[in-house]
Amino acid sequence: MSGSAADEMDELVKEFLVESHENLDRLDRELLTLEQNPASRDSLASIFRTIHTIKGTCGFLGFSKLEAVAHAGESLLSRLRDGALTFSAPIATALLRTVDAIREMLAEVEQKGSDGDGDYGALVVLLQQLQGEEGGGKGNDAAPAPRLDLPAPAVLPAPPADVTPHPPDLADGRTPGVSDGYVRVDVGLLDRLMNLVGELVLARNQVLQFVPTVEDHAFTGTTQRLNLITTELQSSVMKTRMQPIGNVWDKTPRIVRDLALALGKRVRVEMEGKETELDKTIIEAIKDPLTHIVRNCVDHGIEPPAARTAQGKPAEGRLFLRAFHEGGQVNIEISDDGAGLNLDRIRSKALERSLITGEQAGRMSDRELAELVFLPGFSTAEKVSNVSGRGVGMDVVKTNIERIGGVVDLTTRPGHGTTFRIKIPLTLAIIPALIVSSGGDRYAIPQVSLLELVRLHGAQVRAGIESVHGAAVCRLRGTLLPLVDLNRELGLDEGANAAALAKRDAINIVVLQADNRRFGLVVDDINDTEEIVVKSLGKHLKGVAAFAGATIMGDGRVALILDVLGLALRAKVVGGASDRTPPRAGAGSDGAGGHRTTLLLFTLASGRRMAVPLSMLARLEVFDTTQVEPLADGHVVQYRGDVLPLVDIEGLLQTGRGMWTGADGAAEQVHVLVHGSGHRTVGLVVRRIVDIIDESVDLRMNRGESREPGIRGCVIIEGRVTELLDLDALMRATGARLSIPGETTSPAGEART
Amino acid sequence: MSDTRQFCTFCVQGFFFGVDVRRVQEVLRYQEMTRVPLAPPIVRGLINLRGQIVTAIDLRRRLALPDGAAERLPMNVIVRSDDGAVSLLVDEIGEVLTVANDASEAPPDTLNDLGRELIAGVYKLPGRLLLVLDTEKAIAPATNWRAGADRPRTDA
Repeated sequence: MSGSAADEMDELVKEFLVESHENLDRLDRELLTLEQNPASRDSLASIFRTIHTIKGTCGFLGFSKLEAVAHAGESLLSRLRDGALTFSAPIATALLRTVDAIREMLAEVEQKGSDGDGDYGALVVLLQQLQGEEGGGKGNDAAPAPRLDLPAPAVLPAPPADVTPHPPDLADGRTPGVSDGYVRVDVGLLDRLMNLVGELVLARNQVLQFVPTVEDHAFTGTTQRLNLITTELQSSVMKTRMQPIGNVWDKTPRIVRDLALALGKRVRVEMEGKETELDKTIIEAIKDPLTHIVRNCVDHGIEPPAARTAQGKPAEGRLFLRAFHEGGQVNIEISDDGAGLNLDRIRSKALERSLITGEQAGRMSDRELAELVFLPGFSTAEKVSNVSGRGVGMDVVKTNIERIGGVVDLTTRPGHGTTFRIKIPLTLAIIPALIVSSGGDRYAIPQVSLLELVRLHGAQVRAGIESVHGAAVCRLRGTLLPLVDLNRELGLDEGANAAALAKRDAINIVVLQADNRRFGLVVDDINDTEEIVVKSLGKHLKGVAAFAGATIMGDGRVALILDVLGLALRAKVVGGASDRTPPRAGAGSDGAGGHRTTLLLFTLASGRRMAVPLSMLARLEVFDTTQVEPLADGHVVQYRGDVLPLVDIEGLLQTGRGMWTGADGAAEQVHVLVHGSGHRTVGLVVRRIVDIIDESVDLRMNRGESREPGIRGCVIIEGRVTELLDLDALMRATGARLSIPGETTSPAGEART
Repeated sequence: MSDTRQFCTFCVQGFFFGVDVRRVQEVLRYQEMTRVPLAPPIVRGLINLRGQIVTAIDLRRRLALPDGAAERLPMNVIVRSDDGAVSLLVDEIGEVLTVANDASEAPPDTLNDLGRELIAGVYKLPGRLLLVLDTEKAIAPATNWRAGADRPRTDA
């Protein structure tokens, strides 16, 4: 055989391999669909065609063993298709094993050029037996039936009854090998392309800087075209590298099925956001960690059916995969509705293995305990299974995710399940960003987190910035926006407290969103928006949560990219309260079961300490007692051209008669929380505003304690018992007795906290 | 060849250091740096090395030596690592020296503890000592300081 003929053969084999691998992945999926819906003739026909193609090609290429296995599988499938057999779990298992066997042999072909020494005789026999089992006894020998189908199996709709489903099968052109319009490209080449585009974007940015200084129309025109072309090139190249996360997830149902079967469990897999796209390199990197977490959930998380039914849960467990983009990051969540982590066992296990000291164990929060599973050498599995529990794994998962600049954490609720959250930053990407200056340096803010830009000057500053014990807030269209001073957060200078902010001539506020919460970032200057190439930071800087990466600006200098979420978490105690509430472990996300809420803390005349979500309030006001005017059954102040009734919270709570009856003689000022809007606005009188804090409030355990309507429960905040006011319920319950037109605000906010 | 080694040499606070020449990517004069707020103190900033972002480690601080005079701009010794290139900021760059292996000795006791840990060996040269820097250790995010102090550590 001449060299070129051999090459040609190699090419053929290579093509066959690539094609078959793709087909096999699809087979896994389709077999599972078929198992759930055995009547699906579409799936069956498609499976049959795929196996048939593999069989045909390997016969042609001379891989006889591979052909024999594929043939046995095909024969079984043809009996199914003909309706002589009905689909069952043993058949599904046998067919999945066939797929595995084919995969193994293809791997051999890839490495050694032959279909290897594996013995698949038993599998072939099993497949043949299964063919004979049902509807058998008709004297069928294993082989002959499928032979007949060989020439054009897909075209021959066996029983006339199901002619209809077949034409669409043909029409969708999924016959493997027909890949018009596609070219396979080496990923390495795409990587190089991506790097080059990154460099091109930088060069483009540099060129653009000259435009204002050069008075040449030709130059300006050319740079504009360069600009456009670069942008388009960049987005096209980016797209070539993107893949939906579904590519990885598609393997999950099979893994879960096999595992659940082996463990005698029942697990349903649900997915959301399959189409969420990620860079290919990231997809590759998270494949193994994801699989590991999934296996862990099925193995350790979801209980056996009997145990589940005993707890009143459905016998079938649920594994939920979710992916979405947020803040320039990809979020992946994997949750099960199983037993949750046994924190006591984790504690004792960690002590036993000297991973923590007894003293630490006493101090650790539930969250910190849960995080222990990420430590090397930690495993609480009672018995070592072949699935997980060998004491390797979760630490590797964490390392792998961190290697690509991601973060993983978990939340768990005993009896309700465990959720793993993975956040992966876009390390290899070009993103639009807003460039701001602070403390003499430039910082880039990913545009995805950006809501709006606000510039206050002169009188607006004094009117717009309010201070609550040094914590600055800004009123923006009726809601209070906590302010974070970038200089202060980054430790660049002392930064400004609210009083100092209010004295400035002008303030630039970048309104940002992180984790569904808005805050205003005060910066020295707002420059421009720019496409930036995101480069990851070295390992020394991985721990600095305020930065997501770095980029190179048009002038060649490096600028840091702000991690909006990281920054928000750092600043979670708005303003000067940070010394009182040290950052807690697990600041990475919501505390177990509760949502992070910005709360306003205040005291009442009697000294009762209360909190209310800041988002419920329109404004905080201080009135001189001289401004308060008595009315028929209470007091009001004139406020923004309207009359603001003043409400006594304690009066409301105790007697339902809530009009404020005036200040005790000594006070010169009245502190008022303004709630509602328009005619429905009321002013809640408080003695003192204590603080604004961010707290993860979990009310479930406290609900029973509250007997007063309008109080949601007690929580411990900053070490003191604090009642959580339910403004909506309070206003609803008692509003009718107040002489407030329209009486109440919308009840929609009830579920807050 | 087997009984000699080549070192790229440089000075920090009068100490004469060497790094295996194979670990060194290049040597550069002072580069403009972008400071990184909240970063560990040994990170002096980020430099743009032909489109690549490189972390600059202040070797003085790493060795627990006093900071150099502000007007004296440090030089960069760019070393390769698993994590990409890292720059070591040094006072002065020396030449590439070839030394015989038999001149090697154990690190002297006079080095402070941190220094000892970073010195892989010492070569006795005419008139002075060449301290061989363990680059792996020198650029490893050290365990005795905390990064930013805002990332919770369960093992704390």
